[in-house]
Amino acid sequence: MIAQRFALGLMTLFAASLLIFGGTEILPGDLASAILQNNATPESLAAMRKELGLDRPAATRYAEWLSGAAHGDFGHSLANKREVANEIAPRLKNTIFLALYAAVIAVPLAVGLGLLAAINQGGVFDRVVNVVTLMTISVPEYFLAYLLIKYLSVQFGFFPSLANVTPNTPILDRMTLTFLPMVTLVLVITAHMMRMTRASVLSVMASPYIEMALLKGLPKWRIVVRHAFPNALAPIISVVALNLAYLIVGVVIVEAVFVYPGLGQLMVDAVSKHDVPVVQACGLIFAAAFILLNMGADILAIMTNPRLRHAR
Amino acid sequence: MTGSPAEAQETLLTVKDLRIEVRTDRGPGPVLVDDVSFTLRRGEVLGLIGESGAGKSTIGLSTLGYSRSGCVVSGGSMMMGGQDIRTMTGAQRRGLRGRGVAYIAQSAAASFNPSITIMDQVCEVAIRQGLMNKAEAEAAARALFRELELPNPDTFGSRYPHQVSGGQLQRAMAAMAMAARPDLLVFDEPTTALDVTTQVDVLASFRKLIREHRTAALYITHDLAVVAQIADRIMVLRRGKMVELGTARQILNEPREDYTKRLVAERAFGQTSTPAGRDAEKPLLSVNRVWASYSKFANVISDVSVELRRGDTVAVVGESGSGKSTLARVIVGLLPRSEGEISFGGQVLSPRLAGRSKDQLRRVQMIYQIPDVALNPRQTLLDVIGRPMKFYFNRSNEEVRARVLDLLRQIDLPESFITRYPSELSGGQKQRVSIARALAAEPDIIICDEITSALDQLVAEEILRLLKRLQDDLGIAYLFITHDLGTVKRIANKVVVMLKGRVVAAGETAEVFTPPHHPYTELLLSSVPEMRGEWLDEVLVRRGAIAAAAKASVATA
Repeated sequence: MIAQRFALGLMTLFAASLLIFGGTEILPGDLASAILQNNATPESLAAMRKELGLDRPAATRYAEWLSGAAHGDFGHSLANKREVANEIAPRLKNTIFLALYAAVIAVPLAVGLGLLAAINQGGVFDRVVNVVTLMTISVPEYFLAYLLIKYLSVQFGFFPSLANVTPNTPILDRMTLTFLPMVTLVLVITAHMMRMTRASVLSVMASPYIEMALLKGLPKWRIVVRHAFPNALAPIISVVALNLAYLIVGVVIVEAVFVYPGLGQLMVDAVSKHDVPVVQACGLIFAAAFILLNMGADILAIMTNPRLRHAR
Repeated sequence: MTGSPAEAQETLLTVKDLRIEVRTDRGPGPVLVDDVSFTLRRGEVLGLIGESGAGKSTIGLSTLGYSRSGCVVSGGSMMMGGQDIRTMTGAQRRGLRGRGVAYIAQSAAASFNPSITIMDQVCEVAIRQGLMNKAEAEAAARALFRELELPNPDTFGSRYPHQVSGGQLQRAMAAMAMAARPDLLVFDEPTTALDVTTQVDVLASFRKLIREHRTAALYITHDLAVVAQIADRIMVLRRGKMVELGTARQILNEPREDYTKRLVAERAFGQTSTPAGRDAEKPLLSVNRVWASYSKFANVISDVSVELRRGDTVAVVGESGSGKSTLARVIVGLLPRSEGEISFGGQVLSPRLAGRSKDQLRRVQMIYQIPDVALNPRQTLLDVIGRPMKFYFNRSNEEVRARVLDLLRQIDLPESFITRYPSELSGGQKQRVSIARALAAEPDIIICDEITSALDQLVAEEILRLLKRLQDDLGIAYLFITHDLGTVKRIANKVVVMLKGRVVAAGETAEVFTPPHHPYTELLLSSVPEMRGEWLDEVLVRRGAIAAAAKASVATA
């Protein structure tokens, strides 16, 4: 079953690569005209196309691009002629660092709050947590980011407002520099995961085996943690995966606010510069992250289900 | 029971004037339990009997200091060990549950947590209540598994609930309830979901367990014959009120109240004469050596042949997993057969639904076990019953309406019901609507798949009577799938006994059910509980030989 899921993930990734390549292919104006811009004459265009290999059929170029990508070679950037892989690597590291930083705080926090809210269903704690988390997802993330900058950075000066890390920044400084972007992201994703944990646990709480646990005289916290939570894991895992994917793929705005050199910024820059190889590479990495995380979630869900883990 | 006379006299639980009602936001709702009183001595077993809605489970749960959401104990007292369960604090209640009173639910499959091993669930109470450490609790659990005759008692606990059979899980639940050695066990219909042959063994295990540990028990069931085997005294309940309370012998042999008499009479079925299909006629439906499977590897039904003539009622009996319902699905074409032939009115039916003509589809109708699922909750009875008329006969709206009213009369429902939705009907009424929907297609054959097993016995009785009357009036043939041999004896003129997808016995009902039987038929027949208190002991004695013979026959089948 797991192998099957794995194969499915690979196929999805392949389909995504086709879409990315196809998408950049049908954009108006090709690479050559983008590079030459105002200097484009029919002759220079043709020469440039030949140089770039654009005169060959799309299928051939796709195959080349894909096999290169599989080996980590994404071609050369058009803007500065550097290798795309080298361009991307530090940015990707930054993105992953911030994503992990936020995830390590947000996932336990969200699950913990969700469980507490479920134990306290209808109580004061439950309501407060619900209202607060609802507020944090309702407010746009850049607004949240500016609020944090205003209070935690400008007014009280606890943390720096710019996350201008370099590859040589030591880890502790890095954590301080990225503290505010991390908090912003945590605030954004916690609500979703917490609400799913709560809802999922509560729906399991209606099962007969929970009534049985109650009739065994077990305290409420134990029923929630030991009896309900393991059976509520599957939907929680998939929402966590979705949010982790968001941390990698969807944080452009937060990166922009804090001037953080992440992958999202790079992609936006590349798009505005018509730097197609970089756009393609970023797209492929984003797709891979998304697919990998969802696949991981499915496999984890299979493994946490004893009915699938142990045959009859 | 055993034990010193003094101990046997000691009162364990005194329930006085118990009243439980539904509380809604808008104020008090219906009263579920009204003015019920009883006492229970140590080691005594009290049977609570009644139909659904009688308040049996509500009473049982209240002795654990628990009421389902929306229900409130609004009057009376439940004294146990000098304390009123009703006024206990949350912590006291948790201490009571599992340790003072333990609960055994109807469906073990639903009541065991699917993600925790059986051992961990069985030991949980004793460890949590601080009575034993893990090793002691596990040793005690293994001893209980052995006592309850579970297979491989030493390793049984390491399995997950889905890995063991229903009967085993039900016994594991008894072990879970006994783990902290409670004074009182509440059995809530613990054998109702089991096959008859399994029920005998589980019942015997339960009885042995409570006798050996001298545990008092409340045994809740709708089946008088079951409670007769295990209870010292029986309380008959109806709509939350006590009808009668007496010793088991008195209730079964000399019931005083009318309602009790009806309950007892229903079980003591007489062999009413059944209509004989005219054998000379050509069969209407003929299933000839049919095989079918859901996957390539295992056949669900193998080499099955059945014939049905006009006016016949052919019962298909067998335990769960014997292929009864699959046979129905194959006949109607929901599951294509892999081999064999099914002909209807002389024509061979296509294996698939899509290959059959509208007329062929119309003439074979089906009624399902659970009407709640089979009726669209968003349709009024006019739509539900009128749909087949529009679909098969293209009738106009006025004609449909007239015919639906006609059918409602036939199934003894008031005409005003035509605008009602299924949710506004009782279980029995819903099943009547299912029958009317089948009749609306004017079929020759109706396949009834366990249609009475979700109903209370007196309601089921009425449904059977209705079916019989319709058959007399319209000459419909029934293929009646059931696991209840009592029903079979009363309504079927022919019977087909299935075991593991094969037909092991078939013929006239009277013939199949009179000795000499096929060993498996005998096993089934001997497993049907009888009202006599001695029945379980007798059957256990006879059982060994019968079961061995049945097993041998399966091996050779």
